[in-house]
Amino acid sequence: MSNNPQDLKYTKEHEWARGDAKLVVVGVTQHAQEALGDVVYVELPKVGATITAGQPFGVIESTKAVSELFAPLTGKVVKINSTLSDSPQTVNQDPYGAGWLIELEPSDGKQLDTLLTAAAYEQLIKDAGK
Amino acid sequence: MARQTPLYEAHKKLGARMVDFAGWDMPVQYTGVIAEHEAVRTAAGLFDVSHMGEVEFRGPGALETVNALITNDLARISDGQAIYAGLLNDQGTFVDDVVAYRFSPERILICVNSSNTDKDFAWMKERAKGVQPVNRSAEFAQLAIQGPKAAGIVQRLTQTDLTPIGTYRFTEGAVAGVPCIISRTGYTGEDGFELYCPWNEAEKLFNALMQEGQADGLKPAGLGARDSLRTEMKYALYGNDIDDAHTPLEAGLGWITKLDKAEFIGKDVLVKQKAEGLKRKLVGFELTETGVPRHGYAILKDGAPVGVVTSGTMGPSVKKAIGIGYVPTELSAEGSTFQIDIRGRAVGARVVKTPFYKKA
Repeated sequence: MSNNPQDLKYTKEHEWARGDAKLVVVGVTQHAQEALGDVVYVELPKVGATITAGQPFGVIESTKAVSELFAPLTGKVVKINSTLSDSPQTVNQDPYGAGWLIELEPSDGKQLDTLLTAAAYEQLIKDAGK
Repeated sequence: MARQTPLYEAHKKLGARMVDFAGWDMPVQYTGVIAEHEAVRTAAGLFDVSHMGEVEFRGPGALETVNALITNDLARISDGQAIYAGLLNDQGTFVDDVVAYRFSPERILICVNSSNTDKDFAWMKERAKGVQPVNRSAEFAQLAIQGPKAAGIVQRLTQTDLTPIGTYRFTEGAVAGVPCIISRTGYTGEDGFELYCPWNEAEKLFNALMQEGQADGLKPAGLGARDSLRTEMKYALYGNDIDDAHTPLEAGLGWITKLDKAEFIGKDVLVKQKAEGLKRKLVGFELTETGVPRHGYAILKDGAPVGVVTSGTMGPSVKKAIGIGYVPTELSAEGSTFQIDIRGRAVGARVVKTPFYKKA
């Protein structure tokens, strides 16, 4: 479980966030994609939508299950990964790269600091597995 | 504590993800649902379905006894053949769907759904006139090997010539030295066998099949792939598509319902329903917009709920979002359109021919 990039921030709901006070990219973690299984559909918000930290902003569906995506930060969606509509499996193949979900402008640049570090996130997974 | 099949340790060793299924700890996937699904369509997959139940009727009059319990007709098949049938209640709705094996007129074995084993056995016991059923579920493990390469793999492990064993035929013989009922049946739409063997020899059979099939691309396959494969064929799953609220006529299973047979439980209701005409039918549909239909979603027409989705998935082989559901008869013809309520969004859908998947 040490394959989570050290420079990212994480949520308890298994999303990651990468960026700075101005622009943040959001995706789901390696652990999340493994737990989900084959991703077959991703429903993302529209560009321009405002999403709220801790609230659902979209849906990710695997062959068997429907799961909500939770916003790591509050902000405005400025870009969505539109390639996922044709190839949702990219989330499985490259969760920290080509499988990103949305880009957003945080309402408050300090929010990123409140998220989990890679080490804290790994501890969380380890504890959940006990 | 969920029950375990004799292959529990084997599944763990293969890295399976286990889930509780009808009180059994079963593998839902090993490497991934889509890869396992593809293996079954293009090579072969091996499923542990030891959780299924088996009920036997043995003695003079066994055939007549079972025939009065199920919708299909054992008198129309020969020894060594099996039939798919409904086990109904007095309302003509499903207690279960079953496969009945005719060894002889004096020996019929019925394979039932795991979740229904106790209920089915109690029902058969209560209503059997003549021969009494025996619940042999604890004696039999069951492995399903399915896919275009399945028959070749099994043939290399048995002296029994499998060529004459056509679809829905079976025989008894040793596979990898394990005594089996070798049945050319399945739940995937592919050629293959279901092998019933003694509980404590299942691991030996499983390992032998896995080893023999390695070069053919045989993969262990879980309940996830089993579900997507059967959905692409529009094969009914008890508890999803059929249940005690629906009759076989509504479910499109008139072909297993022999209304000209002397008697079976529920027949009167079905004769009447057929004469009056069906109000709703189980159809297959595909989405015409993005989304995935799921069990329990409402089917809408002009904004009003008119039916319900009973099964749905993104079909790995058909590469489309497909679903099964009950709709009013006037919306059941191929090409009819309606909407699926997906989390508040009305998503377009169209009735299509089934099975969804057809061999190229």
